[in-house]
Amino acid sequence: MYTPTAIKPPMPERIELFIDGRPATVDAGVSVAAAIALAGAMVTRRSVGGAPRAPVCGMGICQECRVTIDGRAHRLACQTPCTPGMRIVTASVRGAA
Amino acid sequence: MRRAFDIVIIGAGPAGMAAAQAAAASGAAIAVVDDNVKSGGQIWRGGPDESKDGRAIALWSALREARNVEFFSRTRICAPLDGKELLAETPDGALILQYGTLILATGARERLLPFPGWTLPGVTGAGGLQALSKGGYPVAGKRVVVAGSGPLLLAVAATLKIKGAEVVAIFEQAPWHRVARFGLSLALTPGKLKQAMQLRATLSGVPYRAGSHVVAAKGKDVLEKISVMQGGRRREIDCDYLACGYGLIPNVELASALGCATIDGAVRVDGLQRTSVPDVFCAGEGTGVGGVDLSLVEGKIAGLAAAQRSQDAEPHFAERERWRAFARRLERAFALRPDLRSLCEPDTIVCRCEDVAHRSLASHPNWRSAKLHTRCGMGPCQGRICGGATGFLYGWTQDSIRMPLSPTRIGSLLAGGEAAGTELNAAAAGPDTPSA
Repeated sequence: MYTPTAIKPPMPERIELFIDGRPATVDAGVSVAAAIALAGAMVTRRSVGGAPRAPVCGMGICQECRVTIDGRAHRLACQTPCTPGMRIVTASVRGAA
Repeated sequence: MRRAFDIVIIGAGPAGMAAAQAAAASGAAIAVVDDNVKSGGQIWRGGPDESKDGRAIALWSALREARNVEFFSRTRICAPLDGKELLAETPDGALILQYGTLILATGARERLLPFPGWTLPGVTGAGGLQALSKGGYPVAGKRVVVAGSGPLLLAVAATLKIKGAEVVAIFEQAPWHRVARFGLSLALTPGKLKQAMQLRATLSGVPYRAGSHVVAAKGKDVLEKISVMQGGRRREIDCDYLACGYGLIPNVELASALGCATIDGAVRVDGLQRTSVPDVFCAGEGTGVGGVDLSLVEGKIAGLAAAQRSQDAEPHFAERERWRAFARRLERAFALRPDLRSLCEPDTIVCRCEDVAHRSLASHPNWRSAKLHTRCGMGPCQGRICGGATGFLYGWTQDSIRMPLSPTRIGSLLAGGEAAGTELNAAAAGPDTPSA
């Protein structure tokens, strides 16, 4: 019988990283897109016209989740797993990144 | 780095994995390439070993045991090179893959349609939010509206609910009578019927509204509420996320770059899943959207045929035909209503990469003209999002494929250029600037 309950995985390892300079702690295995959202932010990049954008397709196609990771620009947050010490820079503040 | 394999499979979803397993028995050296972190494709996202689908687990354990099958994850194909080679990019740099036979199992993506406010943070694809949530994107306690079209909406809503989201409602554009007829036809495919009933049980208490669609998303900086048209009446609903997708479209970019013929936006194949290009096969959603069962059987046929075992492939033709019939019923039931073409306001962004609005596009006769004059489809997604939208809105077909197939680091392009003696157009500056 199928039961719609979440299967609780064992307590995952926690890793520390930086989002727009602020330290954050996330479960190992989550994506950079998830880490940004977990930190309470939504915006990943600014559009050509300056409008805020956030992840859309979740599968590496739309390119809306582009952020700078460890100094490398245009990384796809949805397809990049978090690693310890990672420095993620979003465009949540206008003019940044 | 350069690697040579007898069979290279692009895509580690159900079709790619089934192809790999079917071909592996021959002893051929096989590479399975996927741009995601884990195998399983979108349907078994999160890893086939963690799927509830026994077929995923069986395939994965067989492939993990197979010594002649090598997986390349987080590896994206940038461009075909001359002489049966592909330029790929891994997290560690460029990789050149040489193949004897190539099997394309590149899957499908969501069709996203523009409407006022769809660029607001908080508006995602339907499968998009499901995929994001499987990567840890927080949805627990969030009010989510799932909208668009197709049975995927139910699967998405179920995943989100299990992850703790408050699924406010599901809005399906197809009218009731078509959805109901499709529901009845599930009796022809008992496995699908069982699945549908399980989803229904998971979603008890979640309103499912057919013949309805989202007309606008609103919010100051992020999504706050949506407007929905239902039965000729418009109403507003507060929500944190709108997960909205209008069915799936095949990923045919790599096939097109290789010169494979397409028909109605899907790769044309023969009975053995051979494309129009010698030694290139295609299986799964790339040949037309049909779901996991069709993908598995097409993958199996392609894998057997690629391993010179065509006679063993033939017994699977009947099963493939059964799932193709299912795919046709699916397509009829969830065909997009023409009035979805009138959702855009003049200032509604259609091309998200280049911020091109509906008003600038509507007067163009075709995709090429729009690209030349407005930059529509010229941004990093290479028209993968707006191409599906403009196909539906304006009836345009995308007539050219540009290399690289997706944003690629200059270093990788240089590696490809050196390898093949070809000059890839890498005019952008800086070692980390993606060229698109």
